[in-house]
Amino acid sequence: MKQRLVVIGAGMASGRALEHLFAADRDGWDVTLFNAEPRGNYNRIMLSPVLSGEKAFPEIVTHDDTWYEENGVTCRFGEKVTHIDRAAKTVTGETGAPLAYDKLLVATGSNPFIIPLPGHDLDGVIAYRDLEDTNAMIQAAARPGSKAVVIGGGLLGLEAAAGLKLRGMDVTVVHLMGHLMERQLDEAAGYLLRKALVDRGINVLCSSNSKQILGRDGKVTALMLEDGTELPCDILVMAVGIRPNTGLAAEAGLATGRGIHVDDHMLTSDPDVLAVGECVEHNGAIFGLVAPLYDQARVAAQTLLGEPAHFVPREVSTKLKVTGCDLFSAGDFGDGDDREDIVFRDPARGVYKRLILRDNKIIGAVMYGDTADSSWFFGLMKDEEDIAEMRETLIFGPAYQGGDPLDPTAAVAALPADAEICGCNGVSKGDIVAAIQGGANDLAAVRATTKASGSCGTCTGLVEQVLGVTLGDDFVIPAAQSICGCSDHSHEDIRRLIKSRELKSQAAVWQELAWKTRDGCHTCRPAINYYLLADWPLEYQDDPQSRFINERKHANIQKDGTFSVVPRMFGGMTTSDELRAIADAADKYDVPTIHVTGGQRIDLLGVKGEDLPAIWADLNRAGMVSGHAYSKGLRTVKTCVGKDHCRFGTRDSSGLGIKLEQTLWGAWSPHKFKLAVSGCPRNCAEATCKDLGVICVDSGYQIGVGGAAGMDLKQTEPLAQVASEQEAIDITIAFYQLYRETAKYLDRPYKWIAKVGLDWVKERVIDDLDMRQALIDRFAISQSVYQKDPWAEHAKDRAETYQPVADLTLQAAE
Amino acid sequence: MTNWIDIGALDDIPPRGARVVRTAHGCVAIFRTGDDQVFALDDRCPHKGGPLSEGIVHGASVTCPLHNWVFSLETGLAQGADEGSVPSYSARVDSGRILIDAAQLSGQLSDRSAA
Ligand SMILES: Cc1cc2nc3c(=O)[nH]c(=O)nc-3n(C[C@H](O)[C@H](O)[C@H](O)COP(=O)(O)OP(=O)(O)OC[C@H]3O[C@@H](n4cnc5c(N)ncnc54)[C@H](O)[C@@H]3O)c2cc1C
Ligand code: HEM
Ligand code: HEM
Ligand code: SF4
Ligand code: FES
Repeated sequence: MKQRLVVIGAGMASGRALEHLFAADRDGWDVTLFNAEPRGNYNRIMLSPVLSGEKAFPEIVTHDDTWYEENGVTCRFGEKVTHIDRAAKTVTGETGAPLAYDKLLVATGSNPFIIPLPGHDLDGVIAYRDLEDTNAMIQAAARPGSKAVVIGGGLLGLEAAAGLKLRGMDVTVVHLMGHLMERQLDEAAGYLLRKALVDRGINVLCSSNSKQILGRDGKVTALMLEDGTELPCDILVMAVGIRPNTGLAAEAGLATGRGIHVDDHMLTSDPDVLAVGECVEHNGAIFGLVAPLYDQARVAAQTLLGEPAHFVPREVSTKLKVTGCDLFSAGDFGDGDDREDIVFRDPARGVYKRLILRDNKIIGAVMYGDTADSSWFFGLMKDEEDIAEMRETLIFGPAYQGGDPLDPTAAVAALPADAEICGCNGVSKGDIVAAIQGGANDLAAVRATTKASGSCGTCTGLVEQVLGVTLGDDFVIPAAQSICGCSDHSHEDIRRLIKSRELKSQAAVWQELAWKTRDGCHTCRPAINYYLLADWPLEYQDDPQSRFINERKHANIQKDGTFSVVPRMFGGMTTSDELRAIADAADKYDVPTIHVTGGQRIDLLGVKGEDLPAIWADLNRAGMVSGHAYSKGLRTVKTCVGKDHCRFGTRDSSGLGIKLEQTLWGAWSPHKFKLAVSGCPRNCAEATCKDLGVICVDSGYQIGVGGAAGMDLKQTEPLAQVASEQEAIDITIAFYQLYRETAKYLDRPYKWIAKVGLDWVKERVIDDLDMRQALIDRFAISQSVYQKDPWAEHAKDRAETYQPVADLTLQAAE
Repeated sequence: MTNWIDIGALDDIPPRGARVVRTAHGCVAIFRTGDDQVFALDDRCPHKGGPLSEGIVHGASVTCPLHNWVFSLETGLAQGADEGSVPSYSARVDSGRILIDAAQLSGQLSDRSAA
């Protein structure tokens, strides 16, 4: 006979418990699931991305109708349980007769705390707990010019504020304490977080106490602070804390304190009643993050199955899910006489790391801006490892520990099992080691079983190193793909190490990555120069001596050693004055050949090297800048004339082309980058074979990427269709920046896309608006340094270097 | 016999870079390495005439900008699988000035024109 299990609350904890239960014994239980919310279990944590628009609700549903059906769960969603009769072993819902149980699982979660300020019951005052709250916020944000006030500068409040801001609302956060997230962050990290939020346009008021909520016609209109300040708002979100939801259990006579008392087996004071989740209290502790709840869920399932299991509370760590605000906090970071701090700051990058030590053990960690090493620190903390030996270099992370820092394998061997190797797919070192021990003994097999390195691929080297460490001599790390003979590292490894170890000069790369030659060669040095300037635009100084001649002289060297000169014509548009200046220059410098290029530019071929500065100066005077026709960087934006002239044109295609080129020109990239904009699907500008092409249509702009018309011929693949010109520009910049940051040197975008996958690109450039903005911001920083006309600079400061250093024609005959 | 002549300051050439000296018999490339040694080679690649002065200087080698042949600056010999050599001349730095041996320069050049 099946046992009857009744579950109250379809939340994250009970959902996980049911998964464990069914995995072990799918047919032994007759389950009825009540939920006050009119839906089944969803990933509550991900409400924040739903709020910000980065995800849609269906994407965060954990258990759908099919799942409940397949597991034979009787669902009573939208029905609150009002009474438990332990003597009769029944529960009663809002509708229907008492329902008998053999075992009862209480998982009622918690209730948001509402401060009983005057006016707290006005319309528009909401908490942040469920889909209804989220939808209420989304609706409020839909009204143009609407304003929000969020009370509470903790995790939930800040995620709400960031989401509302992304939806275009004017947002103010009111926080009682002196700095944000004071329970997770110290003051310094709180300061950086506040700065990041203020940079996004969110107003943040700390040390501010709310006095009264003002309203009109039963609807909220403003929040009044203690000091009399009024903050007008259309909605007011209270995110000041949660209280375990114990009412039902207490009424039924179960032992409760702050939460429902449970023992190590998740049993309440009644051996037929279990409880899990935020509603419980275990050894005096209550819970607010899911990691320990998942452990509780496993234990509860085992207890139901009659297996001995004990819940052991674990250390929890916090990360804020606001894209672009990387913070990490774990353990205890209060001050105390018995503690010591190790602090690292990098003001330019907004990085702050602090470790709190007691008796040579890490007891707390707070990191902001760069959390790459957080899992390693967290591991040392959980394991209470003695760090005396590595104290000096501890703060720099695992890459600096464990013997010879030049051997990347040693660093990988030192990583704990839960260190994340593949960030795209969330695969830890332990997962990979398990797969290897399960028989996956090469990269392809590991990729197939764990997905590690299957997405963007930048962790491929790390995965191979894990293979090497795990299999020992049985696995030879492939050396074939190393950058060149000067180094054993691959391009991907080098890019990753330059970022993670903050190598900001060529000397640092040669030294830290154990280059075998003094200063590289013609293969690796241009690549390293590019990686450095792309990753550290402000810190690294571009090195002309590490560039191929074309980029060094800003002109294309020709077969006979002369050069070609191509002035920029934004969007392929020119004027009679420019044409006249070009013609004059051609005459003055005896240009033998003038050609119109495929990218809608005029090419003056056969210019002598020593004439370059002079011809550039002449073209500069006519208002023209370098066309970078020689560069691995932004080349041309080709356009058709669009709707101003063409009867088929749907939009101002040349106008968009000009804007794109004005934004992007001057930037360097792993390889050349060519664009085109056509005014209608007839596609005169041949946008469908470019690195990025835009086709204007009645409803907006179709953006395609990854085209090629060289040795390979490829049509672009659709990246997005958007309604506004600004969005088309934004996406173009973000795409270019992502390519600049992650592609291997000399990979054109189509090759790069083939490696990382178009979906991976879309997630970052299209779906995740924060990431898109962050890419745009980083591009802007780079352009602040690199968008300058090299011709003007060279003609002014370096003209001399284009001449022979000496002329011995008279002496040589002697 | 040597005839050292001053052709310019070391700082006229960027480290890991080159400039040319025009001579009656064609251009000679003067290279400055990362550690401030100087070398003089004909500015003509034996492969298809590429201007070596425009190549990337690495260690004591230069890579031709046209087809990536690599030459030792010390010997003028092509490295790796490629075969060929570039005439080279004595050059040195003295008190921040670059000196090359004009005697050798004219000697080599006349040798070559005789050949
Ligand atoms: C916006 C947001 C962001 C978060 N972000 C994070 C994060 O980044 N990391 C993290 O670890 N945690 C996060 N949390 C916390 C995490 O979501 C909770 O810890 C977790 O959901 C608690 O699970 P639970 O099963 O105990 O309760 P819940 O998931 O709340 O489920 C309880 C369910 O019980 C129902 N219920 C209550 N009473 C009754 C009744 N009488 N009858 C029937 N049904 C009832 C409720 O309607 C609810 O659906 C976040 C929470 C929110 C709201
Ligand atoms: C009202 C009649 C037309 C006008 C005013 C006109 C005008 C123009 C102009 C100004 C251009 C050059 C735009 C540029 O390159 O920036 C152009 C290009 C072009 N037009 Fe037309 N056009 C007309 C009709 C047509 C017709 C009937 C066709 C074809 C059936 C045509 C096909 C093309 C093509 C293919 C190009 C692109 C040429 C190229 O590759 O650069 N046009 N047209
Ligand atoms: C003033 C600008 C333009 C005008 C008035 C114009 C007009 C036209 C016209 C009338 C046609 C014929 C369509 C048909 O009968 O099917 C046409 C086709 C075409 N135009 Fe344009 N055009 C202009 C600009 C351009 C430009 C700038 C390009 C490309 C660079 C271009 C490329 C084409 C192409 C490729 C076709 C053929 C498309 C097809 O047959 O489907 N046009 N254009
Ligand atoms: S690189 Fe991509 S595939 Fe790997 S971790 Fe990073 S994120 Fe993965
Ligand atoms: S001309 Fe020098 S390598 Fe071809």
